[in-house]
Order: sequence, then C-alpha cells, then structure tokens
Amino acid sequence: MTNVAEVEHGVEGELVFHPMDQFIVKPLFGDGPVHWYTPTNVTLWMAITVAAIFFMMVIGTRGRAVIPSRAQSIAELAYGFIHKMVEDVAGKDGLKFFPYIFTLFMFIVFSNFLGLLPRAFTTTSHIAVTGVLALLVFVTVTVVGFVKNGAGFLGLFWVQSAPLALRPVLALIEVISYFVRPVSHSIRLAGNMMAGHAVMKVFAAFAPLILFSGVGIAVTPLSIVAITAMYGLEVLVAFIQAYVFTILTCVYLKDALHPAH
Amino acid sequence: MEGDIVQMGAYIGAGLACMGMGGSAIGVGNVAGNFLSGALRNPSAAAGQTATLFIGIAFAEALGIFSFLVALLLMFAV
Repeated sequence: MTNVAEVEHGVEGELVFHPMDQFIVKPLFGDGPVHWYTPTNVTLWMAITVAAIFFMMVIGTRGRAVIPSRAQSIAELAYGFIHKMVEDVAGKDGLKFFPYIFTLFMFIVFSNFLGLLPRAFTTTSHIAVTGVLALLVFVTVTVVGFVKNGAGFLGLFWVQSAPLALRPVLALIEVISYFVRPVSHSIRLAGNMMAGHAVMKVFAAFAPLILFSGVGIAVTPLSIVAITAMYGLEVLVAFIQAYVFTILTCVYLKDALHPAH
Repeated sequence: MEGDIVQMGAYIGAGLACMGMGGSAIGVGNVAGNFLSGALRNPSAAAGQTATLFIGIAFAEALGIFSFLVALLLMFAV
C-alpha cells in the first residue's frame, strides 16, 4: 500500500503527473517568462488549427469538382450544416452574419478535435480563449441590436406578454440574464473541455499502477477501459460543445434582429 | 489549531457550490428525457426539434456552470 501512496504523491518516478499539468501555458523556446508576444504552445496549436481549417476549406475545395473529393464533401457538409442552422434559428436576415458564425464554428470544432490528439494542447480549454470568443459575440450582438432596432432593442427586456405588475421584475431578471450570457457562453465550452481532459488524465495516472503494486492487476485494465470510453465520449462532447456554442450565437443574434418576444 | 480559517471556509464553500452542479444534472436529464418521450410518440417531428433540445440543455446547464464558477472563484480568486 505504501507504493500506491508513493505513486499518488509522485515520489516514485517520472510516470506520475498532475492531471492539470496539460493546461499549463509554456513558452515554445526556452523557459523564460510568458509575455504577450512570447510564442507559446497556445500559439502553436492555434496556428495548427487555422492551418488545418485552411487546408480543408481552401486547398480541399480547390478542385471545385461536380463529384466532390473527400475533403471537398466534408467542407461542403460543414458549410451546409451551419448555413441551415443560421437560417433556421436566426432567420433569413441572419444570413449576413453567416461568415462570422461559420468561422467561430470551424475554429472551435477544430481546436476541440485537435486537442484530443495525444500530447496536444486544447486551446479551447482556457477561459481566456473562449472568453474572448464569447465577449466578441456579446459585443457584436448588442451593437447589431441597437443599430437595427434603435431604442426598440430595449423591448427585449420589457416582456409585453406578461401582466403589467410582473414586468419590472421580469425586466430585472432579463437584464441580469442578458449580462451573464458571455459568462455562461465561455465557461460552458472551457469547462467541458477542461473537465473531460482532466478526467482522462486522472485515469491515465492510474494506468501504470500495475508496475508498482498488486492492486494494479484490477485497477490497470479498468482504467484503460475507462480512458477508452471517456475518449469516445470526448469526441462526441468536442463536436456537441462547438455546436452548442454556435447555436447559442444564432439564438443571441435572433434576439438582436427580432427583439420582440 | 494552525492554518488559515478563511482558506478552510473557501474550500468548504467550493465543495458546497459543487452541489449546484447536481441540480443542473437533474435539469439536463429532465430536458433530454422529456425530449425522448416526446420523440418516441411522434418520431417524424423529432428531427426538427433537435436544435431546441440542445438550446434547452444549454440553458439548463448554464446554471450548473454558475455553481462551477463560484467553486472556481472560491478556490482561486478569494
């Protein structure tokens, strides 16, 4: 049993790691302090994300074939999927914002999936990254709402269908829920990505137990099965969270374009 | 009686805040379960409502995320 404790507390060897270690932002070259201009692993993986999107959407569709190649048909599938979502949720006049929403979706879905590669860094697991994305959506939607409707945008907070006595209370709730949107929008994505990757690393830390202790005969196969199952779930979650982020952007956009309840 | 009682309170509070996530888990399960029971009664209408399903799940999940946020704030910011 002492061996188990040693494994958990990292006395024994270099196989032991902390589950949150994977989220540390490190400089790519050397060990210096991280300034805003320092190339870090976040920079690297964001660049890989953008390059991957570029290869699929620009190089992949270069042939413009009538019978599409594999890359082209996936690109067309993604385009059609988001186009239909924007049209269904935000309406026809929301289609002007389709390039922005499609960019958001592609960036998030590619960073989520690239983060699932072994030894990769998940850029979307950082609230700093998702917070910027969500704040941009929030500012865009608010500006669009006031530009399109003027002061009529404030009608979003004044629920016409409710009894008059209830409206001030509802207005307060609506205002609060409007301003926590960027918070929940960003933390939902970051929290889901961070939690899933941390759980996988916790199981991964139990996997080498068989090398140190007899308990490992039972624990090691269990943890390997658990990692496999969690990985399958994470593939699903990586897509669903990108989808949810995008569809909520569409919902917020719909509120800005048609503020009446 | 050594140690920082404020930090102890923060850690206990963070643990208590995590109970809120259980509530949001019940909410998400409720949304998905009701969607499924509706979808099994009228499968042809189910495909058009998946977007609504995910919006509902996202809103139910948001409140659990707030308790997670409170836990994070207590752990790292207070």
